[in-house]
This record gives sequence, structure tokens and C-alpha cells, in this order.
Amino acid sequence: MTTLITNPRVEPRKPWKSTPKQELPNILMLLLAVVATVVVVAVTPMKGKLAYAFLFFIFGTTFQMALSWKKRGRAAATDTFAGAVMMTGGFIVFLPVVSLLWTTISKGFKGLGLHIFTQTMASTSYSDPLSKGGLLHAIIGTLYLIVIATVISLPLSILTALYLTEIKGRASGLIQFLVQAMSGVPSVVAGVFIYAAILLSTHLRGSTFIGALPLAILMIPTVTRTSQEVLNLVPNELREAGLALGATQWKAVATIVVPAARSGLITAVILGVARIAGETAPLLFTLGTTDKINWNPFVGGQNALPYYVWSGLRDGTEGGVQRAWTAILVLLILVLSLFTTARIFGNRKAKR
Amino acid sequence: MPVSSTQIQKAPPPAPREITTKPRASDIFFRGVLTTMSMSSLLILTLIGLFLSFRGYQAFKTQGFHFLTAYDWNASTDAGQKDVFGLGAMIIGTLIISTIALLIGVPLSVLTALFLTFYAPERIKRALTTLVDLMASFPSILFGLWGFIVLMPMAEYWAKLIHKYLGWIPVFSVPQPAYTRSPFIAGIVLAIMIIPIVTSVSREIFGQTPLDRIQAAYALGATRWAMIKAVVLPFGASGVVGGAMLGLGRALGETVAVYSVLNIVFKPNWQVLYGFGGNIASMIVQKWGEASLSESKALLAAGFVLFVMTLLVNLGANFIVRRAIKSGK
Amino acid sequence: MNSNNDFEKNENDGEDMSTNTVHQSSGLANVAANHAAQKQPGNAPLGSGLEARGIHAWFGKHHALENVSLDFAAGTVTALIGPSGCGKSTFIRTLNRMHEFIPSAAMAGEVLLDGKDIYEAGTDVTKIRLQIGMVFQKPNPFPSMTIGENVLSGLKLAQIKSPINKDDLLEECLTRSGLWSEVKDRLGAHAGGLSGGQQQRLCIARSLAVNPKVLLMDEPCSALDPGSTLRIEDTIGQLAQTMTIIIVTHNMQQAARVSDYTAFFLSDGGPGQLVEVGPTNEMFSRPKDERTENYVSGRFG
Repeated sequence: MTTLITNPRVEPRKPWKSTPKQELPNILMLLLAVVATVVVVAVTPMKGKLAYAFLFFIFGTTFQMALSWKKRGRAAATDTFAGAVMMTGGFIVFLPVVSLLWTTISKGFKGLGLHIFTQTMASTSYSDPLSKGGLLHAIIGTLYLIVIATVISLPLSILTALYLTEIKGRASGLIQFLVQAMSGVPSVVAGVFIYAAILLSTHLRGSTFIGALPLAILMIPTVTRTSQEVLNLVPNELREAGLALGATQWKAVATIVVPAARSGLITAVILGVARIAGETAPLLFTLGTTDKINWNPFVGGQNALPYYVWSGLRDGTEGGVQRAWTAILVLLILVLSLFTTARIFGNRKAKR
Repeated sequence: MPVSSTQIQKAPPPAPREITTKPRASDIFFRGVLTTMSMSSLLILTLIGLFLSFRGYQAFKTQGFHFLTAYDWNASTDAGQKDVFGLGAMIIGTLIISTIALLIGVPLSVLTALFLTFYAPERIKRALTTLVDLMASFPSILFGLWGFIVLMPMAEYWAKLIHKYLGWIPVFSVPQPAYTRSPFIAGIVLAIMIIPIVTSVSREIFGQTPLDRIQAAYALGATRWAMIKAVVLPFGASGVVGGAMLGLGRALGETVAVYSVLNIVFKPNWQVLYGFGGNIASMIVQKWGEASLSESKALLAAGFVLFVMTLLVNLGANFIVRRAIKSGK
Repeated sequence: MNSNNDFEKNENDGEDMSTNTVHQSSGLANVAANHAAQKQPGNAPLGSGLEARGIHAWFGKHHALENVSLDFAAGTVTALIGPSGCGKSTFIRTLNRMHEFIPSAAMAGEVLLDGKDIYEAGTDVTKIRLQIGMVFQKPNPFPSMTIGENVLSGLKLAQIKSPINKDDLLEECLTRSGLWSEVKDRLGAHAGGLSGGQQQRLCIARSLAVNPKVLLMDEPCSALDPGSTLRIEDTIGQLAQTMTIIIVTHNMQQAARVSDYTAFFLSDGGPGQLVEVGPTNEMFSRPKDERTENYVSGRFG
């Protein structure tokens, strides 16, 4: 014991992590690559951001490779090269996300104002100043669509998920297969299907309700698959405990399984809503259109945020495109907040 | 009467008793409802197939096989004229654009997935994963708007560069300097749109690489890349293929984003940098507004063709992905 | 959580051991003595010595191993024994720097190979692992490669050239690992078709191909049947003439059969420590420490 006390206290180290001093040559190499890039751009006809990026990649990678070859041989140089290529791949993927977010925010911000939430386009045209007219009708339309699509798809999805997890009947394999097949149905096909099945076969005209039908079709596979995952997480002991108490399977599912998975099921619905909120293509065939608020979901055309963006983009005028940016910003905020809510819900579930 | 042991030995083995429970009425009802409801997906898919083929039947009947192979699309305006509907150029165009999207998107996704799984420091890993997941939730109309306003001018410049240096390759040649709204640009937009799904499938597969094989490679003095080449890529290859096919399924059916950046012309175009191309989904949207009844039906038939194409690709993809994930476990 | 699990595991292992070794402490010593006698003296040992000095290991805040110093002389076989959770596997993984793959891992101390610290800043870790090979608990051949490719995979992975003809190297490695006669006709077959014991000998052959000076074995027989275990022990005996071997084992007869020296590790709930090290026959016949005595006589697991 005495030896232990006299021992100096040993600190944990991570000798495999390189120290700043060891990183120095790497940083020098990168600086050298910057210099080389600037020089080459200055003296050769290669110009522009692309030339800078390309040359920096070439020089940076070559110099680093040379360094690791000198220090640790050929295999290390290959490794350095592979690492540089992967990092570049990751960086290239990172660029469009940032560009998408940044453009949406910077361009959409211009048209933002309280008026877009209180006015419609009923008496405004694209050439009017941005301070006139708003998105109120489109926002109401989108909310209508979300509610109706959810009301239609929710029972179908959750009951299908329950069939797959609780009954596991003979048709399970088939149903699983079909749900997967359904998740691949392109949105435009869902749209023309509803058109062919309803608008072409009856005297009905496009309306909010009919516009929500293809959205419901697109929502079902997302909600079913997520719900299925959540229900599978409910421990079997809970089910057995219910059945052992003499409950019918129906009672056990309704009072034990579904409540246990509740927050997960909410996540599933939110993800489903996020999936359809921005859908445009099916609405083009089924929604009709209007510039006014339409409170009646069954009669008359409707508008929606993605539809509004589409119209502005198709119009092509400066005013139209600017309004499209503002609408897409509002739509993006809606979708991203749904997405974030679902994530928070999901994470809380996972932690418990 | 006591039974002797010899008798027991002679007796035939007992038949297994069947365990039966008489289900209660509420359970029968419950199971019935669930089973019926779960059939909704079957019903919907069948209805989609039936309605589209039924409504598009006229086009299939009048055009015959030419509907799939011909390149013309003319709706008659006079009563005496015949309609000509040929989807060939659109099918070829769809395949070309999707191929470009895969050629750009899949390598980037695989590199990103490898970077995230084996190279990135924890903080960068979390940030980039979140961003890629976010990208999956962007509405497709946003990609259309962004593609049209932001990407197109840049991509036009890239196209010019490619043409300048690689123009001697036939696919990169252009008859006239018209680079806007080309299959190349549409392909880039689609590539960006499929990156999230291909990345996340690849990442899932790479993450399941058995640790003992990874350690075996490292213990033999492998560098990270040598380990990936020897262990991770052979293990994850089929999963990546499946992920790419899921991406392909998405690319085939994408509508508004492609429509925004593609000049749709009913003529096959192999010169990908040149400013026109074909796409089934976008064509349907483009022609829809002013279509006559017979033309609308031809568009529904086109929808049916698209439905079948994506269905086949997606089922193939799911089959491959599931097999890959299973073999990992 | 973790320590609880380990504790339970200890108890299980204890039961296991008691059935095997409760009356055998003297028997083990005999085996060990025989083994020592078989070693031919005067044969200049090949391979290199390895020296661990003051090794500590952490996983995050958890202190797993405390102040272990051990010398492994060139050409000897050292067995590391002790109950589960005593840090012997952690220790062996610090010896070829496999420890650092766990993100939260940290360590202190030095490991000297031929007098040079393998943890020294600027050391190329891949070169270290080429010199200090490792065989794992579960046989892990690369399933996408053939038997022949598996043996030679180390050359490809580290991008080094074979010093001799590849076919000769293949035969040599497989012969040394005792597998040649069984697979010489199907070198092009996939490794998955081999039995567990054959796979493990294939993994040994694979480590030999890059010509390591030291071979670490982390419970190499724990997943194998007794027959395969004996064959691998034979192989270890053969290999010990040309290299330094360090083997972690749960099986005390195995330690007695194959090793020249035995080190006993133990954790009293805190970090694992080295209790005692010595020539194997002494460790089993007259250990100095009471805890070693209790362990080798099977009084606890």
C-alpha cells in the first residue's frame, strides 16, 4: 500500500492523438498549397472560383501525400490520398445544402412581413409591390391539405402497422412488400391516378379534399413504416403481461401497446406530414386553384404553399419569382420545424 | 388395470396435440378490422395500376407499340387528323438524366458515407449528418427554384468547361452553344436530390461492418484506406447498389424539380450538355394544362409507364437492401 | 452496469474453473514442468523482446488497468491468466496499439519493442502492428477472400513486397500454422468453408505472413472444440522457437501446457493489476501470492 501512496499520480494520455507540434508540417503543407494555387492562378489562364478549388485540391493532396510518403511510406500516402478524396466528397455534398438554405433565407427574407400572413393574392398581381398581397390563402390551403390527408391516412397506416406487428398474419410478407412498393410511387403518378379515378370519372372538379387524396397516398407508407418500427420497440413482456391478465388482444393493444408507443406514433405522423407538406406535382392535377381564401374543402379550387411557389416560378417575372422565394421560405420553416419536432420526440423516446 | 413397461414401449408415439383457443368475438372483430385495413395498400396499388391502364388504354390501343418507341407527340387539332403519341424520347431522356444523377450522386454519397463513418471527427460527423438528413426533407419545388435561379448559371459554366476540354468525346459535344436547360443540369439537380437517401443507406451498411474483421485488418498493419478496401467495400457493395437503386427510383419519378431546369423536346438527345432533353414526369406536367381529352388519356398512359418503371426499380432496390442488411446481421 | 456484468461473469467462470481444476494444482505444475523440460536449451531464440513499463489503461473515466510492468523475453511464451474483467485483454491490446480504437480509450506508460517505445510520438502505428501481430478470440478470416488470399492479405493491406516467392511464403505460413496438409488442394476456395479451428489456424497463418517478431493471442481457443484447441497449442509450441508469444487464456491447463511464464492479473473491484509473474511451473506449484494460490487451485474464478 505504501508504494501506491508514494507513486506519482499517473495521468491518462492519448499518445496516438497528434500534438499541435506534429500537425505543424501538415499545416505548412496546406499553406504551401494555398500559395501554389494563388501563383498558378495568377500566371496561367485558369481563372475563377472553380480554378482555385480545383488547384487547391490538387496541390493540397499532392503535398500531403508527399509528406506522408516521406514519413511513413507508400501505403500511408495512399491512405492520405483516399482521406483527401473522401473529405472533398463530403465537402461537395455540404455545399448545395448550405447554398439551398442560404439562398432561401436571403432571397425569401426580402418579401417577409406581417402582411403575408394577413393578405391573399385576391386583388394583387405579381407586378404589384411586394408589400401588397400575401400567402394567407396558401397557408390555409396547406393546413387544410395536411389535416385532411392526415385524417385519411392515419387510421389506414396505424392499423396496417398494427397488423404487421401485432397479428403478424399470413399476409404480413405481402403487406410489407406492398408498403415498400407504395413508398416508391412517384408523386406525379399519385396525382394523375386521382385525376383518372375521380375527376375523369365523375363530375367533380378539383378541390381541397381531392387534392388531399394523392397526399394521403404518399403519406401512408411513411407513417406505416415509422409506426411499425416504433411498435416493434414495445417490449413483448408488456403484451404478454396484458394477455396474462386475461385481457383480449384488442384490449391489450388498445390499452397497453398503443399508449406505450404513443410518442413514437406522433413522430411517425409528423414525419408523414413533413413528407407531404411540400409536395407540388400531385396538386397540379387535383387542387384546382384560387387566389382567395376558400373555407370549403369540398367545393371550389384551393391554393397551397408549394402550389403558390410553382405558380410564381412558372410566371417567371421578377415579382413572381420573388414571391415564390418568400413562400418557399415559409414552407421550409414549416417543414423544418416539423422535422425538428419529430427528431426531438424521437430522441426523447430513444433516451428513455 | 396397470400398464406394464413393455406395453408402453410397443405403443405408437403419441400424435402431437393441437393447441387451439377459441378466440373471443372482440378479437375476431379486431383481427378482421386490422386485416382489412392492411389490405388498403394492396387496394391502392391495384387501383393505381387499373385506373391508369384503363384510362390510358385508348392511347395504347391507337398507338400500339409505337407508344413506347416513337419520338413524336402530336395531338390532332382537326377531326380528320390522327393523334401521334410516342413516349420514346421521354423514356430515353428519363433514363439519361437518371444515369447522370447516379453517376454524380452515388460516388459523392459513398465518399460522404465513408468519410462520416471512418474519417470525420465526432463534431463534424454530427453536423454533416444532420445537414444531409435536412436535405432529405427539402420540398422538391425548392430544388426546382434553386436549380433554376442559382445552379443553372453555374452549371452552364461547368458545361462550357467540360465541352471545351472534353468536347472530343461524342456525349460532350454540342452542335450549337446552347447550354441552358440541358440533361446535364437536370442530372445535377437530381443528383443532389438523391444524395441523402443513397448516403444514409450506405452509411447504415458501412456502420454494420463486423468489428472483428476491421480489427483483423488493422492488426495486420493496414492503414485506414487499406482496411476499407479489404473489408468495408466488399461487405457494403451490395448495400450501396441497393441504395443507388432506391435513388434511381426517386430520380425516375421526380417531377417539378426537373421540369424547372429542363427544356423538354420530343427528340432523343444523347449530347448531355446540349440544351434539351426528355422526362416522362415533367412532360406530363407540361402537356397537362392544354391537353385535349385524347391527349390527357395518353398522358395517363405515360403515367402508367412511369408507375411500372419505378415500381420495378424500387422492388429490386428493397430486395437488395434488405438482403444486404440481413447478411450483415 | 459494466462492473456488475463483470462480476456476474466472474462468478460463472469460477464455477467453470472449479469443476476443472479444483484438485489439480499439483497436476498443473507437473504439466508446466514437463513443458519447460521439452524446450531445447541452447537454441538461440529468435524474435524480439517486449517490455511493458508502468502501463495504465482507461476507458473514459473508468480506470481499467493500473501500473503493469512486464518483461517478455525473446522466444518465450507468456500466458496471461486471471478472471474476466481483470484487464488482461485490455493489457494485451495496449501491446500492439489496438487499444486506441475505442474512442474513449486512454493510456499511460511505455511499451518497448527492441528498446524503442511503440507509443513514441511520430511512430508509424501500422509498422508497429506489422511487427507485433495479433490473433483474436473469434476466428475472423476475410470472407470475401480465398484461403490463399487470406494468408497473403497482410502483404496487400500494408502494401509490402513478399521477401520470397509468394507460393513459397503461402506454403511456409500454412505449414507453420499446421494447416498446410488440410488446405493445400483448395487454396482457391473461400475461407468460410473451413471449420472454426481451421479458420483460427488460417488467422495465425495470416499473421505469420508479414513475419512479426511478437505474436499476441487473445484467448485464441475459447471459441473452439478441444481437438482444435490441442492442435493450436501444438502450433504455438512450434512457433515459440522463432518468435515471442503472449497469450491470454481462461484455461489454466492451457497456460500450463503452452507457456514458459505465467502472469496473473486480478481486479479487486478497482482497476486490474498484475499480482504475480514467474516461470509457469513455479506459478502453479508454489505461487508467492496467496491470491494466485487461490486462483490456480480453483478456489475462485
